[in-house]
Amino acid sequence: MPILKKGQRYFCNYKMSLFYFIAFLSILFALLVIFSKNPVHSVLYLILTFFTFTIHYVLLNAQFLAIVNFIVYMGAIMVLFLFVLMLLNLNNDSEPVKTNLVKFAAIIGGCCLLLTVAASLKVASPSIPVVLANPNLGLVKGLGKVLFTQFLLPFEISSLLLFTAMVGAVLLATKDKTNA
Amino acid sequence: MELAFVGQKFILVGIIFLISLVVAMYSTYAERKVAAFFQDRVGPNRAGPFGILQPLADGAKMFMKEEIIPTRANPFLFIVGPSLAILTACIGTAVIPWGQKMTIGSTVVDLQVTDINVGVLYLFGVVSLGVYGVMIGGWASNNKYSLLGAIRAASQNISYEVAMGLSIIALLMITGTLSLREITEQQHGFWKDGYFSWNFFKQPLGFLLFIVCAFAETNRTPFDLPECETELVGGYHTEYSSMKLGFYLFAEYINMFVSSAVMSTLYFGGYNYPGMDYVNEQLGNTWGPLVGVAVLFGKIIFFIFFFMWVRWTIPRFRYDQLMDLGWKILIPLAIANIVLTGLVSTFLR
Repeated sequence: MPILKKGQRYFCNYKMSLFYFIAFLSILFALLVIFSKNPVHSVLYLILTFFTFTIHYVLLNAQFLAIVNFIVYMGAIMVLFLFVLMLLNLNNDSEPVKTNLVKFAAIIGGCCLLLTVAASLKVASPSIPVVLANPNLGLVKGLGKVLFTQFLLPFEISSLLLFTAMVGAVLLATKDKTNA
Repeated sequence: MELAFVGQKFILVGIIFLISLVVAMYSTYAERKVAAFFQDRVGPNRAGPFGILQPLADGAKMFMKEEIIPTRANPFLFIVGPSLAILTACIGTAVIPWGQKMTIGSTVVDLQVTDINVGVLYLFGVVSLGVYGVMIGGWASNNKYSLLGAIRAASQNISYEVAMGLSIIALLMITGTLSLREITEQQHGFWKDGYFSWNFFKQPLGFLLFIVCAFAETNRTPFDLPECETELVGGYHTEYSSMKLGFYLFAEYINMFVSSAVMSTLYFGGYNYPGMDYVNEQLGNTWGPLVGVAVLFGKIIFFIFFFMWVRWTIPRFRYDQLMDLGWKILIPLAIANIVLTGLVSTFLR
């Protein structure tokens, strides 16, 4: 833990308690996503979970990430989720029957996750979740410079990946039309 | 010092909140008067002189009406819907610079609640959040017409958000900043370096795209399909009564106010006007900026009038026409605008 001045430490404590409160809310809402019976309620809790993530980014002074998380996840992807769920209008009758194979796969998947979490906890060291090494890291200018110089290739490749997904979606949509 | 700062911001937030409510209130009155003018009628003229107390009478009526929550509806989400709608409508004003820095006595007052360096994106986020009020309310009503209205609202907002985002990107390529204060300061005066300084003259196509998308995002005619009464009874607010309905209607007018303010700030120079330096010199640092605020409000009122003008002139789109316009016309135009902006700013400078 880096040595902090007194005022800074006070500020840190105050921010730390805020962090723990928001982290508690994140986990609470994430659990409610899984445990709520109604899929639309699940999505609404997921929106709240993403909102708490936005607050985490703001605490880290990552304004750009915060607002992009806000726009992309809360404003676009979750609206689409809600849109689809409202169209499907799921209820208890339409819930698919889970076979033993699916249940078995779920158990294995859960165990793998537990293993990963346990292993990562073992090597994890305590850090201050509210102080960044470089406070300007998350601002637009810093992020833009890093993305277009140091990480240009991965950045362009990921854009290509998104483009492929888009073309694939259009292809699937038009394929149906010609067959019908 | 710290406390004074917080108090100053608190007062500013209070004033802006009050102004947005009053503007929204009198927009309902103005809408009826404008409609009356376009249809050669008199319009509301009973409550007070020229009917100027009509919004108060309407408000009192909304509060007095019976509040109904349908039995099969989800009662919690049924209330959350209109609350979210009005909340998201009100928070957009936080990043708009209302005027230049003003000096009162010895203190300098910043006429902007907060100048975050991602101001444009914040506005965009608020816009994209706006659809939740309609969607949640429409779904919680447990009514087929409400649900159809909610689904229409969602698909319409998502489609037009894409075009809106792309039209803003072209603007940001010129300004080179996301802070609304800096964007406004770049449009200082009216004429700079042999060309107009307002962004409208640099981005005419971008502005056209932006205003069309603003109409779609505020659910105003010709894009008011979520509440299309000829097909869907009342759309997403079919089941609503009393002040919860009032909130939905009111949110639409606040949205109109905010989007007018955004359009004036991004494209029409905000509080800047020709000859502002001369006026500032004559009036000093207290009254000079207030003239700028008045100019900004003049622009906002013009845009609100424009919203109403279009509403009483152009008929509603059909749903497939709406989607065609969004995806097949606006988005390609927006992309072409970005390419054009890139070429011009590369080769002309």
